[in-house]
Amino acid sequence: MRLPDDIGATKQLLQEGDYIADRSLATAVFLALSLERPLFLEGEAGVGKTMVATVLAETLGRRLLRLQCYEGLDVASAVYEWNYSRQMIEIRLAEVAGDVDRERLGKDIFSQEFLIERPLLQALEPHDGGPPVLLIDELDRADEPFEAYLLEVLADFQISIPEIGTIKADRPPIVIITSNRTREIHDALKRRCFYYWVDYPTAERELEILRLKAPNADIALSRQVVGFIQKLRGMDLFKLPGIAETIDWTNALTQLDALALNPETINDTLGTLLKYQDDIAKIRGSEAAKILDQVNMELAAERKG
Amino acid sequence: MHFARALRAAGLPIGPGRVLDAVRAVETVGITNRQDFYWTLHAVFVNRHSQRELFDQTFHLFWKNPQILEKMMSLILPEIRGTEDADARDRASRRVIEALHGGSEPELDPADEYEVEFDAALTYSPAEMLQRMDFEEMSAAEIEAAKAAIRRMRLPLHQVATRRFRRDPSGPRINMRDTLRSAMRSGGSSIPLIRKRQRQRPPELVVLCDISGSMSRYSRMLLHFMHALTNDRDRVHTLLFGTRLTNVTHYLREKDVDVALDRIGEVVEDWSGGTRIGHCLHEFNRDWSRRVLAQGAVLLFISDGLDRDPSSGLEAEMERLHKSCRTLIWLNPLLRYEGFEPRAAGIRAILPHVDQFRPVHNLESLEQLTKVLGEPVSRRAEGVTQWQRKAA
Repeated sequence: MRLPDDIGATKQLLQEGDYIADRSLATAVFLALSLERPLFLEGEAGVGKTMVATVLAETLGRRLLRLQCYEGLDVASAVYEWNYSRQMIEIRLAEVAGDVDRERLGKDIFSQEFLIERPLLQALEPHDGGPPVLLIDELDRADEPFEAYLLEVLADFQISIPEIGTIKADRPPIVIITSNRTREIHDALKRRCFYYWVDYPTAERELEILRLKAPNADIALSRQVVGFIQKLRGMDLFKLPGIAETIDWTNALTQLDALALNPETINDTLGTLLKYQDDIAKIRGSEAAKILDQVNMELAAERKG
Repeated sequence: MHFARALRAAGLPIGPGRVLDAVRAVETVGITNRQDFYWTLHAVFVNRHSQRELFDQTFHLFWKNPQILEKMMSLILPEIRGTEDADARDRASRRVIEALHGGSEPELDPADEYEVEFDAALTYSPAEMLQRMDFEEMSAAEIEAAKAAIRRMRLPLHQVATRRFRRDPSGPRINMRDTLRSAMRSGGSSIPLIRKRQRQRPPELVVLCDISGSMSRYSRMLLHFMHALTNDRDRVHTLLFGTRLTNVTHYLREKDVDVALDRIGEVVEDWSGGTRIGHCLHEFNRDWSRRVLAQGAVLLFISDGLDRDPSSGLEAEMERLHKSCRTLIWLNPLLRYEGFEPRAAGIRAILPHVDQFRPVHNLESLEQLTKVLGEPVSRRAEGVTQWQRKAA
């Protein structure tokens, strides 16, 4: 697939992958694609940051390389590692054959053949169908040294391996970096990226997403669900429900053959929506019923209007 | 670009590289409508969630004048300029920009608004306030000595293992990479094993310190202590609270302690006021805990536990706090008094949710604290249960 020519086409492209994006997000994606720069997506958990990368890979027909970050992530698991056991066998075989030409052995052993490539290195290599999509997920979980290492990779799209030399990408991969903001990412890294804060969707957009992602759900039920969740997001909760939770909840309700929300079903399924006991305790019972009443009233008013 | 300068004046950190980026970005997108233009610049100039509001205001004020947009276009699309007429328009619009830039600067700068708010909140100069917060019973010389002692203090936080490795001759695992390298040196005829061991590093340290009226005698000393902590190691976060919560980590990184304290005196608005521990903890749990406690931090909670409003869900918030960190150590200056009894409602609400309960009123207690932090962190250390029984 060719890269989109303008913002509208970018939005269309995302939509083809069942991702409903704001025009503002499409702008950021378009910029990242056309200027070949990483896109930094920040936002609460479950608002669809990771989805952007998977959808882009899918619709553009590119390979998706995913690097999940964690504390202590190091070069060996992010960039490359040598296949030591195979190298050992190679050395033993050389010994048995009585071949001790050190220089040649050295070259043989540290060649591409024995290199185990991890996502960052894979991303720099030529791929059929164009550069891959490199997803660096939850960068905030990695520690600062790794972040600093990334700086170099993202600036020049090259990696040096002492035994082989420098590997440089002919065309830079499409890089999507996500962060849940469990800590701030250093400005030096953000400066090299286009930045976008992924927010909770508006009721209208959320309903659209729900129609796509949970097509079996009753439309009246979907409306109620979206109304209910939008109300929850306005409340003082420890963890607000994201889009992922909206979809899960709707699917759960459909599984239970619910055609409309009522206080009992809400109480029974609240666990798919809220992930902290404190929050559940706060909403369960009368509070849920109250919110539901409000939602129903608003929906009724909408229908009349 | 003037817009970049306006943004910089409004407090966004923008370098010349970013301006070039912006021009390239706008060229790529093209100027077709205001909304796309907005989001294009947004993607380049904003890189923190908190900067959004600032950007938004500056943008709307700045691009209100349509002539500026024209000027923008003439800057990035040189081919549409050309005749003298266009040049004249160019000059005119530059004057407009300068006028706009100079004339409405206070409006452009929402940061100023906040400052005005601070001034209104404080009826006296913050610097004076800090001056009065000295340790009452100490002479000036003693204070100096104490400060020096605090500066010398090193907190050997007990280390935790990370997933990274370092070379270590007696390490438990084999370092394959280096083993193979050294095997190559001998042509593979011998393979000396090289070992490695997991790297260790201290856990993050988060300090939550009460600066309300009842704590004011200790505040300055404690600030010195926190300053020493912050500059001694990475990954220390400090938040002050009284009636509201302020993150002062950034200011404490300032190397010179007096400059740091002056800056803090300026930004913190609730020195020596009342305490709303429950409210502040709620704010901390909601906005900060996932950001600063995510990697298993040790939490120092410094407060006398005297809450003006103990019914405000303090206990629930304390429980949440306790569950989100590695160890919670409560430092309470009231513990210095012989006959201290955990009677106050606030104290009784906090006590069930701490792992250690220690005094903090003089240098000796601070030194003891450094010892405790050097030991393996554990939940429920000696001494706490006895207090908890008393409080129950």
